This record gives sequence, structure tokens and C-alpha cells, in this order.
Amino acid sequence: MSTGQDRHAETAHEAPADGLLQALHGRLVARAQDEGLLDVAYRVVDSPVGRVLVAASDSGVLRVAFEVQGHDAALEDLAVRVSPRVLEGGPRLDPVLRELEEYFAGRRTGFDVPLDLRLARGFRRDVVTTLPRIGYGTTASYTQVAAAVGRPAAVRAVGTACALNPVPLLVPCHRVVRSDGSSGRYAGGDEAKRTLLALERATAGALAPPAHGA
Amino acid sequence: MNGPFEDVVRVHGGTVLRVCRAVLRGPDAEDAWSETFLAALHAWPDLPADVNVEAWLVTVARRKAIDELRRRARHAVPVEAPDATAGVLLLGSVDGPGERDLDLWRAVRALPDKQRRVVVLHHLGGLPYAEVAGLVGGTDAAARRAGADGVAALRRTYGTQEADER
Repeated sequence: MSTGQDRHAETAHEAPADGLLQALHGRLVARAQDEGLLDVAYRVVDSPVGRVLVAASDSGVLRVAFEVQGHDAALEDLAVRVSPRVLEGGPRLDPVLRELEEYFAGRRTGFDVPLDLRLARGFRRDVVTTLPRIGYGTTASYTQVAAAVGRPAAVRAVGTACALNPVPLLVPCHRVVRSDGSSGRYAGGDEAKRTLLALERATAGALAPPAHGA
Repeated sequence: MNGPFEDVVRVHGGTVLRVCRAVLRGPDAEDAWSETFLAALHAWPDLPADVNVEAWLVTVARRKAIDELRRRARHAVPVEAPDATAGVLLLGSVDGPGERDLDLWRAVRALPDKQRRVVVLHHLGGLPYAEVAGLVGGTDAAARRAGADGVAALRRTYGTQEADER
């Protein structure tokens, strides 16, 4: 480092912006929350299936988006379909992020944070509300889900509903697989789906009651 | 507008801070920044899509900053001591926020105190000279002269810097 002390001091004086702007941003998010103007809060976190964006309204989690789906696109979509009052940060996401962290660490098999499912309507919503019945560590075929929703012929539509699930991970569309047993497609990428199923199999195996044969 | 407000804060946060700091000191400038973005967040969904966002924000920011300045002026007004009034109304030092126009801001900061205040309030803040005079003290004519001198000085110093770079 050839930059002397003077140079450093000058830099600090000339460009106070970044740290300060960050602090001001944090204050803005808090004020917006207090005054009921924070319609959508979001955060982006690392996970074993890549960077994940999680967004929530005041009433629950609206959206979970994988990096391959495009976080900017997800935010634009939220702005148009929910509200453009979208800001990053704030404590609203703390509970769901904690649960996701526990899930990826193999310490959690279900989610109990409230969901705001306004982005899923009609048949797609029926599918989304049915999926949590597929237990952790198990799978169901698209055909089985279609039957469970009461539309046994709508197998392809179940596939579409899974692909458009606004809250993947929290609503386990990754547990819906092809009838031949192969894992099939996934909004977060086929690889991510295999990762999640492997994680759940391993954890479910470890969690299995040791008294099984006794 | 139907784009995420987060983008607005990221893109224009620095500019708004610069406007606020041109008129107010540190913590007051930060309060004005917060008030500006809170008001903008409130208005955002109803803002027509063809509005120039930066210009709109600068307008909101200077209004918030000047409101704050006026509020302070009302609180401490020793009429017989115009210098004291000027002291209360000390404008923040104009820190260059980085990005473009850094040299212009450096040049503005280098102006004599009264010229700097008048230039900022009139040209950036959009206040007529009569109101500028009310804030910095002295007559309309003196404010007008200080403003003209300030701009002339900027033309000399900033203009030279630009010419040097070309």
C-alpha cells in the first residue's frame, strides 16, 4: 500500500457516502415499516441452492426466488403485482430466514411462518396449498398431486403450478417428481431439486427412530 | 410508477444527500434525506410514469431542506444582530459525494462563505434573492451581487479545470 495517511484522510473526507448512505437506508426501512409504507420487504441470502431472494408483505412471505429465476425480475413482478413500495432489509424477514437456515442445516423439517399467497390464484393456489401434505423426505408424482387436488386429469397443469409456485422451499414443490421416479424439472434448476431431495433423504434417515427394529 | 422503490434509493440516494448537504449541516442534512425518501416512498405508486425521477427527487429534497432551514430561522432570530442569524443558518460543508461533478462541488466549497450560501440557496435551492437575503442577512442587492460573484468565480475556477482536462 503506497497510499499515505494524508491520502487516506482525503478519501475519507471526499467520499463519506457509502457507509452513511447504508445507515440512512436502514433508517428509511425502519421508518417505512413504522408508518405502514413498507408494502414489500426483501432480503437475499446464500444457500446450498444458490442465492435466494425472500420477500414478504406485512401478512406473510410472498415470494422465494432462486438466482436462476432472476432476482431483478422477481422484484419487478412484486412491484407490479403487489406494490412498488419495495425496500430491502428490515427485521420482517428474520423469522423465515432463520427457519430456512435451520432447514438447510437439517434441523428443520417443516415451516410455520405465515405465507401471503396472493401471487397464486385459482387452480395454482389449490396446488400450492396441497403440496405441504407431501411429507419431509418423501415425494409424490405429478399424477398423485393432480388426484389429491381433485383434478386427476390436470397432470400438466400441476407441473405448471409447481413451476410457478411463488414460495418454493417453503411450499415443497421440489417433492413432486415424475412417475418414473426421476426428479424432473424445477424452477431453481434440476440440480437444486436433486440437492434438496438428497438433503431431506439424508436428514430423514438420520431422524428415523432408532427403535425401528426393537 | 411501478418499479421497485429500492432502485430509486440506490440510484439517487447520493444525489439527494448532496442536495441536502448543500443546504444543511450533517445531522440536519441526514434528517432531510430521510424526510425526502419517506415522502417519495409515500408518493411513489401514484407518480406518473413519465416523470423524471431525479429531478422530482431533487425538488422534494430541496423543499425538505429549505423547510428545515426556515424552521431553524424562525427559532433564533435576533433581528438586531444579522451576523448571529447568519451563524445559525450555517450551511453544511459541501462534501463531494464522489461520482460526477466532484470538481464542481470542490469549487463550490472553495467559495467565500456568503457567496457559497447564496449560490447554493438561489441556484440549487431555487429561492428568489429576496428570500436568500432573508436567510443569509443583508439586502437583496447584496445577495444578488454575492450570487453573481460566486457564479463568476465558479466560471473561472471550474471552467479552467474542465478546460485543462480536455
